[in-house]
Amino acid sequence: MPEPVQLTTFGVTEIEAQQALDRVKVRDVEYADLYFESRTSESVSMEEGIVKRAAKSVSQGVGVRATAGEKTGFAYSDELTKRDLEVAADTARYIANSPKGHSSVPVPTQRRPTRDLYPIERAKAEVATAERVALLNEIDAEARRYDPRIKNVMASFNTEYKVVVVATSEGTLVGDIQPLSRLQITCIAEDQGNRQVGSFGGGGRVAFAYYREESRHLSYAREAAREAILNLSAVDAPAGVMPVVLAGGWPGILLHEAIGHGLEADFNRKKTSAFSSLIGKRVASDVCTIVDDGTLPFRRGSLNMDDEGTPTGCTTLIEKGILRGYITDKLNARLMGIPLTGNGRRENYQSVVLPRMTNTFMLAGESDPHDIIRSVKKGLYAVSFGGGQVDITNGKFVFSASEAYLIEDGQITKPVKGATLIGNGPEILTKVSMVGHDLKLDNGIGTCGKDGQSVPVGVGLPTIKVDEITVGGTQR
Amino acid sequence: MLGKMTTSNSANGYTQLAADVLAHAKACGATEADIVVADGETFSVQVRVGTVDRLTKAREKRLGLRVFIGKRSATTSTSDFSRASLDRLVADTCTLAGAVVEDDVSGLPDAGHMAAEQPDLDLYDDTVLDTDTQIDWAKRGEAAAFATDSRVTNSEGAEFDSSSGRVVLANSHGFVGSYKSSNFSLSVSPIATESATGGMQRDAWYEVQRKFARLASAESIGQEAARRAIRRLGARKVATKRVPVVFDQETAGSLLANLCSAVSGYGLYKRASFLLDQLGRMIASDVMTIYDDGRMVGGFGSRPFDGEGLATRKNIIVERGVLKSYLLDTYSGKKLGLPSTGNASRSVGESPSVGPTNFYLVPGVKSQQEIIGSIQEGLFVTELIGFGINMVTGDYSRGACGFWIENGELAYPVEEITIAGNLKQMLKDIDVVGSDLVFRGRIASPTVKIAEMMVAGN
Repeated sequence: MPEPVQLTTFGVTEIEAQQALDRVKVRDVEYADLYFESRTSESVSMEEGIVKRAAKSVSQGVGVRATAGEKTGFAYSDELTKRDLEVAADTARYIANSPKGHSSVPVPTQRRPTRDLYPIERAKAEVATAERVALLNEIDAEARRYDPRIKNVMASFNTEYKVVVVATSEGTLVGDIQPLSRLQITCIAEDQGNRQVGSFGGGGRVAFAYYREESRHLSYAREAAREAILNLSAVDAPAGVMPVVLAGGWPGILLHEAIGHGLEADFNRKKTSAFSSLIGKRVASDVCTIVDDGTLPFRRGSLNMDDEGTPTGCTTLIEKGILRGYITDKLNARLMGIPLTGNGRRENYQSVVLPRMTNTFMLAGESDPHDIIRSVKKGLYAVSFGGGQVDITNGKFVFSASEAYLIEDGQITKPVKGATLIGNGPEILTKVSMVGHDLKLDNGIGTCGKDGQSVPVGVGLPTIKVDEITVGGTQR
Repeated sequence: MLGKMTTSNSANGYTQLAADVLAHAKACGATEADIVVADGETFSVQVRVGTVDRLTKAREKRLGLRVFIGKRSATTSTSDFSRASLDRLVADTCTLAGAVVEDDVSGLPDAGHMAAEQPDLDLYDDTVLDTDTQIDWAKRGEAAAFATDSRVTNSEGAEFDSSSGRVVLANSHGFVGSYKSSNFSLSVSPIATESATGGMQRDAWYEVQRKFARLASAESIGQEAARRAIRRLGARKVATKRVPVVFDQETAGSLLANLCSAVSGYGLYKRASFLLDQLGRMIASDVMTIYDDGRMVGGFGSRPFDGEGLATRKNIIVERGVLKSYLLDTYSGKKLGLPSTGNASRSVGESPSVGPTNFYLVPGVKSQQEIIGSIQEGLFVTELIGFGINMVTGDYSRGACGFWIENGELAYPVEEITIAGNLKQMLKDIDVVGSDLVFRGRIASPTVKIAEMMVAGN
């Protein structure tokens, strides 16, 4: 069990929190909460063979929220005095029709999350800057050793240590400590005027020691260097509709863009999603089962509780091709009368809660990955991706390959330059004809943006075959 | 409802605070240092289908400190301005700086180069709007979208935002600079439905101004948003082929943003740009002339001094296709053997990087309609999605939607297609620049036409 985080960490008493909630929760406010957050972020980065930059940032504040019907009133403050809480409470309740009729909220009872998915002592998450510098130096040396054509290595190591307490008008008071770190490496390869880039990284809610276990940091360095060197010989990507095999792991970004966002409850309550009213309908082939699971230990997208204090869970989104459920926060679960899934997330105390993904992945199937490649006469094998984006309303999504190969007569042949793949969310998974038995989760690098807010997420995928998707290359 | 700043947080108060922190940093061993203090107020209201969906209001402040101990440096930031917190911040920053490696070119700009005068660029409007007025703007914008056409059936909402803030920058050379700025904006995002198929399309229109009085009417913004959503109904894919491509002002602005990052100092000295070693060479077609003007009165990217306290100015970046200047701050300039161009951009918690001020393509003479009218078959792009741009190689592949052009006219809307090429070639293939330059952000472009690109669809 995690140690309970006390409100006193923020210099606020339980009585003051209760008084602020009392002040917000006028008669027609159905729910109110206070979100106290303190965050320490640190980063070191290197380029040109030297660790040049180190930065540290500290922020602390409270977000005060009230909901009434579909309305949300929200205010935040980086000062935590009684007076600041009162001002924020008065703003948040502005959305109520009548600022009258106090209803006393229950005295909050402190509880702790029911599990501890990232039991890391602060000392083990925060190591001396010198140790981080040494880590980056070894990465630089390893990448250059991989191939003399590697001309520059840019590496950064970022950590975040976040302490949160959520006090709600339902009488709960619950806190969590959320460590997070990420190592990111980019290599530039240069050969006779041809310059290419390769990237790799990983992380999670892990201790610093994770990066040195089995020399993980060096394997990341070699991966980034390998991708840059490989791209030196890449040919132009093809253009048009063709079968695409996606490798396991990070290519799961397909699920995040193609269906994940479309299944966030807010868009469906507002009926602005291409998936609105498709519950119980077929949206994928019967080899596809997809879940959103916030309970995987140490993973980047995992949380003991969401930012409304609800324990995270594992939600089945698509079961054997049939759309089963949406992911929800309190507001949308209440308005839609559907289960609360523990997906209410916010970037920080300055942001409102939205339904967001945690770790989204497809369960393993039965096909042998080699058979999947062999089944393609002419197509693309995509191994790694940059970012993706979706238009929730018409369902069109894109994601961009950074490492891909041609498949010719069942064999992986030449590497091709990056290309954007584009498809239609409610349609694309109906074209998945084979699912491998090799489910892989990504390495812990994903950040999802929605409504201007960034939150850490994970994705995962076994090797799959999509019978047809449009590939945005330059060659006929 | 928006209150005035209290006097304890005034520019003078922050100037004193900055001086204290700089003195403390010096006492802790810093040989040079600079400090940024930013504060502001924000208000935002989102209205959806006629009722308030979300109302947000806040004040915030942050302080960022950068210290140099010889040639080593570190950067920190905090929102806690208490004495104890700031003392800890200074100590932490000096410790961090001691832990990194010496970097020969690091340091503040030369003392003699700091901005000598700080002109008022008219960036601030003290109009105070009450909450109900702002809600009303959002409601009227959305209502106008619904009223425009019965096919507007739903909405992602309309949002009115107002914000104002102040930045104070000071350094150990004795430079102290300060300015205030404000923004007012309305955006409307309607959803149109095609009754036959139930297919939905979303689009949006927005306007942002530094002065409230300059904002177009809520009704006109809502109507334009509706027009844009409706015209997308019935969009289809097209066959894969090479055709001329016209980019509207918004999407042409994104091409210009790609060019802007390719000529920014950090990408160049790291050899991570597709425009290395091109100063003085043709990098674009001769119809392209680009300026970056940090002193444009009322501009979205205007500021009297840059993120290091150097004077901003008007630079010619590309002249008739020839690359005349990079965008540089002191550090990236030294790496490339060039002086700063006054383009240091500073977010509070980070060391300076390079950013555009008001970066724009000089307009030509043809209207958008004339450009489209000159094309037998082609694509008119109105939206781009995804991140398929490789800044090292210039390889470009993005999702697009817009309209298919047949015989000089917009024939039907298209979607689920990509456009691909290489930015090095695309910049040289821009053969027409439109006359319709409008500033809606820091980077602005008229309509442009690229002679030919690969469009992938069916």
